[in-house]
Amino acid sequence: MIIRVVLPAHLRTLAQVDGELKVDVEGPATQRSVLDALEAAYPMLRGTMRDQVTQERRAFLRFFACEEDLSNESPDAPLPEAVATGTEPYLIVGAMAGG
Amino acid sequence: MSKVRVLVGTRKGAFVLTSDGKRESWDVSGPHFGGWEIYHMKGSPADPNRIFASQSSSWFGQVIQRSNNGGQTWEPVGNKFIYDGIPGTHLWYDGTPHPWEFARVWHLEPSLTDPDTVYAGVEDAALFRSSDGGQNWQELSGLRNHPSAASWQPGAGGMCLHTILLDPSDPERIFVAISAAGAFRSDDAGKTWRPINHGLRSEQIPNPTAEVGHCVHRIAMHRSRPGVLYMQKHWDVMRSDDAGESWHETSGNLPTDFGFPIDVHAHEPETVYVVPIKSDSEHYPPDGKLRVYRSRTGGHEWEALTKGLPQRDCYVNVLRDAMSIDSLDPCGVYFGTTGGQVYVSANSGDSWSPIVRDLPSVVSVEVQTLA
Repeated sequence: MIIRVVLPAHLRTLAQVDGELKVDVEGPATQRSVLDALEAAYPMLRGTMRDQVTQERRAFLRFFACEEDLSNESPDAPLPEAVATGTEPYLIVGAMAGG
Repeated sequence: MSKVRVLVGTRKGAFVLTSDGKRESWDVSGPHFGGWEIYHMKGSPADPNRIFASQSSSWFGQVIQRSNNGGQTWEPVGNKFIYDGIPGTHLWYDGTPHPWEFARVWHLEPSLTDPDTVYAGVEDAALFRSSDGGQNWQELSGLRNHPSAASWQPGAGGMCLHTILLDPSDPERIFVAISAAGAFRSDDAGKTWRPINHGLRSEQIPNPTAEVGHCVHRIAMHRSRPGVLYMQKHWDVMRSDDAGESWHETSGNLPTDFGFPIDVHAHEPETVYVVPIKSDSEHYPPDGKLRVYRSRTGGHEWEALTKGLPQRDCYVNVLRDAMSIDSLDPCGVYFGTTGGQVYVSANSGDSWSPIVRDLPSVVSVEVQTLA
């Protein structure tokens, strides 16, 4: 299935993309499967969203969808239906931090 | 006609400053990687158009960028810095054991002979090497596995490996320095290491003459005489004439011997530069006067270099990697400040002028002398 993803500006620059992305996810749409597909398509993003070893979310990143904060949800929980069907994007957001 | 290219890392991006050999008129390119901290950039001595940059951010972690055309375009390469084996612990600020955790790359040191080989000094302190142009990184874990490592503690800036010196006369010999563990040397290309801190004295640690625990800020050498090392320690300017086996103080008549950078003249191995800073809690020049000090006697006797530098109301700092020296004749001396100025002296320090005045806070300065 095709998942819409919105990256923060600095990661769009790093990945050399403009605007919203679409990634092809095999199997259930979860945060893990979306991030895996995103990193496979854009290897330069590895380590910038999740720790390279533990795969834990970087502390100053947040994951939103459908006006909900999914940052602390299980990475293997199903994403909302609206994200899985492409109605809504999965948002990767730089946290408000640093002044 | 010779050229110089100055690679400037700042808190919010990288800048490339270029000039001809006169070093009077400058082109400024940047910001590259705007918004990211650029702790260090350095070009390969074997291929000056190959430049490596350490790009990091609290939000997005560590990225390594590589240019193959002198900084015109860049490509991200490998950023997987995984400690070898089970990393174990060092001491935290409160004296408790703390797991080794990768934070960022402080310093990149390309090989003197192979453009695909580059070393990275990281926080928490460790040394990595890539032999494929930065795509893959392997830790030289003999350093972190030294028996003293469990007792290393971070300085205020973090427990960083910030200095890497490759001996031009002996490809097996590497020097590194860690805040706040001290200086170390390998004589087998990084497999095994030993501390080289005999003669250092640091009142800030329980045993002032301990084998490790010293907050070394920077080490420099002249490539024609790699057995002579100059050190700016937290406090004290030091010198070794035996490749670090022993050190003696050469602070002499400096107004304060606290500071961060230290560097050596391109053609005079006994001419050394430092930037005295008031104290460890007052990170600005004494008396509001920005002065580089030069010794032409390998230390002890220092002269203030002030012409063209602000001599009132100046309260910037100059960080450890923010000084560099080109190899023209007379050699050019460059340094950047936390206030965003990058100064050049095209006459070995006699007079100075700003190349740029209003960059983000400068973290590192490296100059390349180009044919």
